[in-house]
Amino acid sequence: MLLCIDSAMSGHLNSHPVLVVQELRKHYGSLQAVKGIDFQVCPGEVVGLLGLNGAGKTTTISMILGVLEPTSGSIHINGIDLARHRSRALAQTNFAAVYAPLPGNLTVYQNLHVFSLLYGVRNFAQRAEALLEQFDLARFRNTKCGVLSSGEQTRVGLAKAMLNRPCVLLLDEPTASIDPASARDIRHTIRTFVRESGVGVLWTSHNMYEVEEVCDRVLFLSHGEIILEGDPKALPGQHGLRTLEELFISVAREPWEWEAQ
Amino acid sequence: MNLRRLFAIALRQFYLLRGSAARFLPLFAWVTIDMVPWGFMTKYLNSVTGSRYQFVPALLGAVLFWDLMSRVMQGVTTAFFEDVWSRNFLNVFASPITTQEYIGGLLVSSIGTSLVGLVFMVLVATVAFGLSFAVYGFMAIPFVLVLFLFGLALGIAGSAIVLRLGPAAEWFVWPIPALLSPFAAVYYPLATLPEWMRWIARLLPPSYVFEGMRAIVAGRAFHATALFGACALALVYVLLAYWFFASVFRYAVKTGLIARYSAESVS
Repeated sequence: MLLCIDSAMSGHLNSHPVLVVQELRKHYGSLQAVKGIDFQVCPGEVVGLLGLNGAGKTTTISMILGVLEPTSGSIHINGIDLARHRSRALAQTNFAAVYAPLPGNLTVYQNLHVFSLLYGVRNFAQRAEALLEQFDLARFRNTKCGVLSSGEQTRVGLAKAMLNRPCVLLLDEPTASIDPASARDIRHTIRTFVRESGVGVLWTSHNMYEVEEVCDRVLFLSHGEIILEGDPKALPGQHGLRTLEELFISVAREPWEWEAQ
Repeated sequence: MNLRRLFAIALRQFYLLRGSAARFLPLFAWVTIDMVPWGFMTKYLNSVTGSRYQFVPALLGAVLFWDLMSRVMQGVTTAFFEDVWSRNFLNVFASPITTQEYIGGLLVSSIGTSLVGLVFMVLVATVAFGLSFAVYGFMAIPFVLVLFLFGLALGIAGSAIVLRLGPAAEWFVWPIPALLSPFAAVYYPLATLPEWMRWIARLLPPSYVFEGMRAIVAGRAFHATALFGACALALVYVLLAYWFFASVFRYAVKTGLIARYSAESVS
């Protein structure tokens, strides 16, 4: 049985992982998009999934979200096998991605209402008020999402992602295309939510500064394989580099060398 | 089946209709556009033919019922297209909703919008052109039921086609009622059709409805068993359409179509 022995920092020592990915593969004909990866996310832990475009990050996230069937391998969300109990497993998760905005023809409140029913949220009115307040969206309650700015739409997406108090939160470039001040506020809000709720987060981003600030652990994906894993603050030093960005560039330029290691 | 999730899809459609005149008005506009010319045509036919045949319940009634079936189908496809147009598949299908619940939500949305349209159609036809549903008696209930079921089946199948082929395939879906109408014998008796078309007509549940309508209006005998058979046939089409949608959905999840679905990536 898997235990989160390394997550003492998050205050969940010896708890069970909320996300367990084992031998996960996705093949499209002869193309191997994901080549048998294993990882886990513990409660209260923020794990960064890093890699170049096409490395397999979004494919991995799509499989965890149940919208892409793995060729083989397993995904357990809070102990529930996604392949066998899709609805039960997905009720324990939620996500926000820059490429999946909420319908622009519904208001913020209407969108939250519809998704609260999809995720089986109890006491919706109370939950909606708390989230509108938390994400500074109260004044946009009756505004259609389509007319909001990118940053505001991102905040609505995050409010939706936290509606059901998920055990696993998947954030695919949550701060892409928003200004630095809003991005900082959003990171702060997510960190607070993680601390208070104990949710496990899988976070993809190309902003290494953000990853260093937010993530407890990072996984480097290259050509569908995890080639590097560790603490984002310590990892660059362990490989003779100064910053995570330098490490990312090094992995991007010489992926075969890193894969060989 | 979780009814809250099913209700979520119907609620989304209600919110869209409530918030947009462009969505709400067509529920009435198209009905009026269809009913008015046919209403006057039937009145004209009554005046020039001088026969005792009642064109209003036979022809205008047929137009009304066929329009109802088309609205039911479009009620399903339009609710589905809302997710296509707003690129919302990823949000919806990454939630715990099942395909049964999703389709159930589309059906409830369609039944709601179609009933609004039906009430309006009946009002226009009754007040403006003197169509009385009393002519059909209690048979009007199974008539409506068969058309509802067949419209739902067409809507589910149409949605599956668009899910598989992409948003551009919308144009395959809109003309389906027009393509079927010659075979369904909406405006003329089945006997008018050549033999090969009659074979196809017998596979279409609406053809039994329109034959029944004409028989009742003409005062001929009409066997209700044929209508029960049509009802069962329509139910089989609903199940087949659902199986088709579920198969396409499984394919879409296997190939990553759901994750990548957008106007740009599919068609």
